[in-house]
Amino acid sequence: MTHAGGYAADTRVRWIEWLPWAAALGAFFLLPEYLPLGARILIYILFALSLDLVVGYAGIVTLGHSAFFGLGAYTAGILGAKAGVTDPMLQMAAAALAAALLGIATGALILRTKALTLLMLTLAITQVCVEVANRATPITGGADGLSGVVVAPILGQFKFDLFGKTAYVYCLIALFVGWYLARRMVYSPFGATLAGIRENSARMHAVGAPVYWRLVLVYTLSAAMAGVAGALLTQTNQFVGLNALGFEASGELLVMLILGGAGRIYGAFVGPVVYLIAQDYLAKQFPEYWYFGIGLILVLVVMFARGGILGLVDKCIPFLKPKSSARVSAR
Amino acid sequence: MHSILETQKLCKSFGALTVADDIDFRLETGARHALIGPNGAGKTTFVNMLTGVLAPSSGRILLGGEDITAVRRAARVKRGLGRTFQINTLFRHLPALDNVALGVAERRGIAHRMWRSASSYAEVKNESMELLATLGLADEAAARVADLPYGKQRLVEIAIALGLKPKVLLLDEPAAGVPSAEADRILRTLEKLPSEIAILIIEHDMDLVFRFARRITVLVQGEVLVEGPPEEIARDKRVHDVYLGEQHHA
Repeated sequence: MTHAGGYAADTRVRWIEWLPWAAALGAFFLLPEYLPLGARILIYILFALSLDLVVGYAGIVTLGHSAFFGLGAYTAGILGAKAGVTDPMLQMAAAALAAALLGIATGALILRTKALTLLMLTLAITQVCVEVANRATPITGGADGLSGVVVAPILGQFKFDLFGKTAYVYCLIALFVGWYLARRMVYSPFGATLAGIRENSARMHAVGAPVYWRLVLVYTLSAAMAGVAGALLTQTNQFVGLNALGFEASGELLVMLILGGAGRIYGAFVGPVVYLIAQDYLAKQFPEYWYFGIGLILVLVVMFARGGILGLVDKCIPFLKPKSSARVSAR
Repeated sequence: MHSILETQKLCKSFGALTVADDIDFRLETGARHALIGPNGAGKTTFVNMLTGVLAPSSGRILLGGEDITAVRRAARVKRGLGRTFQINTLFRHLPALDNVALGVAERRGIAHRMWRSASSYAEVKNESMELLATLGLADEAAARVADLPYGKQRLVEIAIALGLKPKVLLLDEPAAGVPSAEADRILRTLEKLPSEIAILIIEHDMDLVFRFARRITVLVQGEVLVEGPPEEIARDKRVHDVYLGEQHHA
């Protein structure tokens, strides 16, 4: 069961939906030493949310989402390090635009295919992007990465500080905007159409839906969101490397989404939190074997909680389930 | 009478196998027409060509006098060609209401909108509820389609097609696997449909066919064997031989 949208949904924000924001604000005040990790988590939540729109809602399988994340990261980085465009909002807008353009160009090409072919094509696009970034050393820094990214104070007022306070709040606001837009989309008629395409694209054709163009549209919007997440990563680190583009980033993100639960918005919140905190903890405790712990968590989730951690919570605590369908009134 | 749907020399081959051979077919406006034939006669292939699922090897398809042979599936629906499937093709994990509403929203041109919530479009919800109520499914509107009995799933199929307000409705075995009480409900619903909708029904239930259709086309091995009013078809010896067999001789 996924997060309910559709024509019978109760779209009011439930109290439980405010919990992540309360937790994020609480972390800001109570865990100041973890703010850099917190900002990283917020960025990955936004990235995972963008993937959820594509994988969880539209049913597009992809291992190439890092191409958009990486392009956003490099766009912001190149603007800040090479072009003298230091305004963070401008950098972010340019990153979103660049990623959206790549999204529409590649989406238009590959979204006529399905399943393994589609998966391989997304992977191929990512690899092409990595290779381009690797070769274009004068612009991207090549294998050494792009350092010296200059980011001006946000709105001319809030400078990125050493302790990561500004970065954390900046990422939190960006995530909130992304969440708000994604939530509106999921509950909209367009979101209902995506659910229909995921469920049965043949039937969507038979009701007259331009399935291909709807997929291209959601793919493009999702790419733009991933591009923004990439820009945030560059701006908070003032550095961008090839790993932002690579297949590993896509795979890692998919693991995070599966861990949290795909197709339910908040799976994209839970997955990165669990994954990155586990990674942080395990890497400190078992520097050589920390991937074993991550792998074990994933195996357990896949075997015993197909809907991810939130799917498990749904099963265990029935009152947390969305009330969508109960509200259809017979006339 | 004016022809709303027409095929001219429609052919379909898969390699050496010809499954539709020079089919000339006319569906009049407001027709109640049945397409019958033994298994493997090419009935579903014919419907799949009409709806754009399969491209014909040669020949033309005209809808309202316009050539739609190269028109895409979704665009044919927008021009008024609705269908149901032989095997339920539904959004199994969505509520029955959403199954119908997705088509209604598409027809009303709001399905691409992203800002307002879907549930705030009362006109879509109300129309979908009315359609479900017409088919006796009002109480099941909130139920996941996968949880409904097969017969009710068939009714949801029909409700989706009706939500498209088609000019031509192609019903591929609407009563297959449906208990007789629900088959009766399907028949009554079809009989109540506006007379301007042309209906082509493909069905094995001869009782339903002869009660519903005012004209019948018999398809055998991809070719039209005979076409005419039910009483003529019932008397035709060739039809008895290839299709109705002993059942109708008796």
